[in-house]
Amino acid sequence: MTKVFEKTIRLLAMLAAASVMVGLLNGCATTGNSKDPIEGYNRVMFAFNDGVDRAVVKPLAQGYVAAVPAPVRTGVANFFGNIADVFIAVNNLLQGKLPEAVGDIGRVVINSTVGLVGVIDWASDVGLEKHDEDFGQTFGRWGVGDGPYVVLPIFGPRTMRDAFAQVLDTHVDPVAEVDHVPTRNTLVATRGISDRADFLSADKILQEAALDRYAYVRDAYLQLRRSKVYDGNAPRLKEDE
Amino acid sequence: MKLFSLLVAGFTLLLPAVAQAQKSPVDIAPDQLIKNVSNEVLEIVRKDKDIQSGNSKKVLDLVEAKVLPNFNFTHMTQLALARDWRVATPAQKATLTEEFRTLLVRTYSKALTEYKNQTIEFKPLAMKPGETDVKVRTNIVQPGAKPVALDYFVEALPQGWKVYDIEVSGISLVTNYRESFATEVRNGGIDGLIATLQTKNRSAESK
Repeated sequence: MTKVFEKTIRLLAMLAAASVMVGLLNGCATTGNSKDPIEGYNRVMFAFNDGVDRAVVKPLAQGYVAAVPAPVRTGVANFFGNIADVFIAVNNLLQGKLPEAVGDIGRVVINSTVGLVGVIDWASDVGLEKHDEDFGQTFGRWGVGDGPYVVLPIFGPRTMRDAFAQVLDTHVDPVAEVDHVPTRNTLVATRGISDRADFLSADKILQEAALDRYAYVRDAYLQLRRSKVYDGNAPRLKEDE
Repeated sequence: MKLFSLLVAGFTLLLPAVAQAQKSPVDIAPDQLIKNVSNEVLEIVRKDKDIQSGNSKKVLDLVEAKVLPNFNFTHMTQLALARDWRVATPAQKATLTEEFRTLLVRTYSKALTEYKNQTIEFKPLAMKPGETDVKVRTNIVQPGAKPVALDYFVEALPQGWKVYDIEVSGISLVTNYRESFATEVRNGGIDGLIATLQTKNRSAESK
């Protein structure tokens, strides 16, 4: 009984300390950016994600690139890309973009069959272009505003809208629905490492480009999301946007 | 996560597309300019083992000779500074432009050494007669990945067509600095931003 009590107290104390820390950082580190009202928290989470990346994810991705030949890595990326195409089709439908949705379904049909369950991307070769849609973009298309910028643990940068949409994206993700837990974990981990391997060389460039890595990543993310919601034709930013 | 691969792809293929041989630039259409330069610089990079293995001196020389003449760095700096540009003195503007140029050039040169086997697809440009500000669209095609849009904003100046902004997948590599620059200016004025840029550039040089 006392043990449970002690543990609870300790946990509460830790939580309090953590929130005080976040609060302090909030007070000191906030630069008055209206799109980033919780910058203090976000910077802490950015640093946390960075630490996880350096300690675990990046070394795994480097090992993956070293051990697995490029054509196989492409096959792995295509396999997960094919699963993603199903949801891209759904989101194109929800956004009323019928021709795109039909194209996405065509991609899944071709790649799942002659493309050997998605490993080969024949559809691109026959001219069915791959799209990039998710529930966040669908909500954006429906007029839901971005909301504040937030850095999620592990997942990384999101806008508040996309953070909510992420819940939906994850909910309908067939990889996360696999019942056999070891298989599911392997699939999720492989997908994560495969994604990370794609941008290993970006680290050096980011280091070179950014005055403040946190701000550089945040602003690039916000620009990218804005552009995606407009399907690549966003109006140019005015001076005070 | 995808963001980073886009940035790499963008940075990697950016410079080649903007370099251009020094011949009467006004006669040449902006999309043709981008195309000529892309092909010329990529040709050099493809053949040069030193560049592929990351020889930064050689890349910087290539960029200096072929690419820089086609950029309007003053306009780029102005876009990155936004409202703060107007309060800067002419001397501050000149220093800012110099430092921002160094930062961008070093970044892009680094990216060029990461060039692998991507190809560039040039989209046709529908330009009306007398237009002085156009967007030249290209696609970077890489096996096994969605093509990445790389767009150049080009303006007509008396000296010829000059690039004043580049967007990778809709991310402007120039205005992406706006918030960081504004923060620096809020904290330490224009001179504070200049000092930060100089520190950053010097620390990169000494590496």
